[in-house]
Amino acid sequence: MSGTYLGLPAFPEAARTSTKDAQLRANLTHATHTIRAKRAGAVGELADWQGLRAAGAAIKDHTLRHLDTYLEQLEAAVTAAGGTVHWAVDAADANRIVTELVRATGETEVVKVKSMATQEIGLNDHLRVEGISAYETDLAELIVQLGDDRPSHILVPAIHKNRSQIRDIFRTAMGEWGRPAPDGLSDTPADLAEAARLHLREKFLRAKVGISGANFMVAETGTMVVVESEGNGRMCLTLPETLISVVGIEKVVPTFRDLEVFLQTLPRSSTAERMNPYTSMWTGTTDGDGPRTFHLVLLDNGRTDTLADTEGRPALRCIRCSACLNVCPVYERAGGHAYGSAYPGPIGAILTPQLRGTADALDASLPYASSLCGACYDVCPVAIDIPSILVHLRERVAQGGEVVTAGRRTTIKPAKGHAAERAAMRAALVTLDHPVAWRATQYLAARTRRLHPRRLPTPAGRAWTDRRDLPQVPAGSFRDWWREHEKERAGRTGAPARDTGEKGGAQ
Amino acid sequence: MTGSSSRTEVLRRIRAALGDRPEDVPVPRDYLQEHGDRTPQETADLLAEHLADYRAHVHRAAPADIAGTVARLLADHGSRTAVVPPGLPQEWLSQVAGVEVTTAGADITARELDAIDSVVTGCAVAIAETGTIVLDGSPDQGVRRITLVPDHHVCVVRAPEQVVAAVPQALPRLDPARPLTWISGPSATSDIELDRVEGVHGPRTLDVVLVSAAV
Repeated sequence: MSGTYLGLPAFPEAARTSTKDAQLRANLTHATHTIRAKRAGAVGELADWQGLRAAGAAIKDHTLRHLDTYLEQLEAAVTAAGGTVHWAVDAADANRIVTELVRATGETEVVKVKSMATQEIGLNDHLRVEGISAYETDLAELIVQLGDDRPSHILVPAIHKNRSQIRDIFRTAMGEWGRPAPDGLSDTPADLAEAARLHLREKFLRAKVGISGANFMVAETGTMVVVESEGNGRMCLTLPETLISVVGIEKVVPTFRDLEVFLQTLPRSSTAERMNPYTSMWTGTTDGDGPRTFHLVLLDNGRTDTLADTEGRPALRCIRCSACLNVCPVYERAGGHAYGSAYPGPIGAILTPQLRGTADALDASLPYASSLCGACYDVCPVAIDIPSILVHLRERVAQGGEVVTAGRRTTIKPAKGHAAERAAMRAALVTLDHPVAWRATQYLAARTRRLHPRRLPTPAGRAWTDRRDLPQVPAGSFRDWWREHEKERAGRTGAPARDTGEKGGAQ
Repeated sequence: MTGSSSRTEVLRRIRAALGDRPEDVPVPRDYLQEHGDRTPQETADLLAEHLADYRAHVHRAAPADIAGTVARLLADHGSRTAVVPPGLPQEWLSQVAGVEVTTAGADITARELDAIDSVVTGCAVAIAETGTIVLDGSPDQGVRRITLVPDHHVCVVRAPEQVVAAVPQALPRLDPARPLTWISGPSATSDIELDRVEGVHGPRTLDVVLVSAAV
C-alpha cells in the first residue's frame, strides 16, 4: 500500500487538484453533511455536554502536566499484569521494535486493527520491506489497502470513495489478497460489509500476531482501551497469540474513572452514536482468554516536541474523534489527501506541523489550510482551540523562532515565501507610525486609483491575488469625507466644524 | 536507539518540555452521574429502547420464562449448535431441544467456534442511556472469543440489579483487571458513506433477554 507521505505537494497545490474532482466533492459533501446532523442530535441528548468537554480537556491537561509520572506508572502496571513495555523515540525506532517482535514469533503475516499511530509511522510499508504482510481489517482501511490508496479521514479512511467505487475495488482486488469478492457483488453497504466479512474471516482464524493502537491507556491499572464498531478489533485483540499495541504517549489517562468522560464524548463526537458497538479493555494478559504475549510500544515521534510548545501543546489532548473534519468547510472541499499526513482536517493542520516541524513546504503550508471560522473548536470534545493554534503556527512559519525539534531546542528561520509579506508589514509599520507619511500615502493612493492593477506583480504578490481581487482604493479617505461632512453641517446648523483629531498626531 | 536509552530519552524530553512548569489544572467533575431522574423500571425501559435503536432484539421475560425464551430464540434463529460458558445457569438451557450445546473450556479454539451457530451468556452490567451490555469474563460469560466468533449472541440481562442508567455508574461496578467487552448492538460499520450498517465481523444478530419480575 502506498501509505507514504514523502514528497507530496503543499496544501494549496494538492487542494487545487482535489477541489476540481467533482466526484470527490460530492462524496465528501454527502458524508460530512450526514454525520453533522447526527452528531448534533447525539450531543444534544446530554445536558452536561459542556461539563464533559471541560472535564475531558482538564484530564488531558493534567495528564500532560505529569506525563513522565503517568507513563512510568503505566509501565509498572502493564508489566505487573504480564505485558512488556517498549519505548520508541521516533518512527524508525518504533518500526524496528515492531519488526523485531514479529520476527521473534516466526510469523510473516499480521492482522491489524485500524491505528492512527501505525499509519503515522508508516508501519505497513516498513513491514512489507522486511518481508512481513500486514493485513488491514477495518472495512475502510481494507478499502484503502485493496485500492492501493491513502486514508483521507481519521475515522472513515475511505470517505472519499462512494459505494460503487468500493464495489469496483472489491471486485478487482480482493482476489489478489485472499478470498475473492462474491460473484455479482452489489453496491449496497450491507453486501459490501458481507464481502469484507467473508474475505477477512480466514485471516482472523489463521492469524498468530495482531497489531493495534489504543484510544486510551489507564496509568493506575495498565488497562488498554480500543473503541471500534465492526468487531475486527475484537478479532485482532483476542484471537492471535501475540498482540503488539503501538500507542502515542499522549493517550495515557490517570485513572479508570477518567474513562467515564471519554466513553461519553468520543462515540457521540465520532460516529454520532450513544456508544460504538464494541469497546475492548484489557490489562496485560489473561490465562486462557486472549493473547498469551502482550507488547506495548510507547511512541514519541514528535509528541514531546509538541509538548514543549506552550501554545501548541493542547493539540495533544486530541482523542481522534474526527468531529473537526466533519464540520470543516476547507476539509469538505479539499479532501483529506491534500493535508499530506495521517491526520487530515483542522486537527491535522495543527498536529502535523508540530509532530514533523515546518521545514517541509507541505508542513509549512498546513497552518494556512483554514478559514479560521472556528467550527472545529466548537465541536471539539476536548476543547482544543484549533484556530488560535493555527494562528500561532502561522506566526512560527512566517517569523521563525525558537522551537524544539527531535528533543533539541533550536531556532528556525522564517519559511521561504514569507519575505515579501514581512517587507510589506515593515513598510506598513513605518507608514502607520508617521501621520504625515500616512496622509501622503492615502492622498497618493486615492489620486492614482484608476491606475491600480487588479493583480499584484511579483511571485509573492501573485500568490495573494491569484485567488482574490485587490480591494479598490476609495476616491477619498475617511478624513477627506469627514472634513467635507463637517463643513456642510457647519453651513447648515451654524455649529463649529469638529476636526478629525489629526493635529494631535499619532495616537 | 537501544531499548533503555529510548526510554531515558523520551522521559528526558518530556521533563525538558515541561520546563516551564505549567500550572496544574483541577479536573471539574460537575458533569452529571446520569441524565434524567428515572425509576428502576423506567431505566430498564430505556435500556430496551436504546438496545433496539441499534438493532439489538430485546425480549422482555419474567424470571420463570428465561428458559422458554432462550429455547425459542435458538429455534427461531435455526441454530443447530450453541456454545455456552461453563458457569451459565443450567436452568436457562432446560427447555432447549434439538440443539447441540458445547460448554466452552479455556481451550476452545476460534476454528471450533466458527462452526457453531449461537452463544448464550449472562452479562456483568448493562447501561441504559447508551444501550450497552458489558461482559467481564465471569463464569456465566466466558472467554471473549465465544461471544465474538459465532454469528448469533443471546445475552441474558437481569433487571434491575444488573442495569445502571449511565456510564459513570457502570465503571465502579467493573474490575479493570478482567478483560472487558462493551457491546452496543450487533457489529456495525459507518465506513461506507458514513452511514451505519449492521453486521460485519462480530455477531450479526444480538438477542437480549431482559429479565424483570415486573413483566
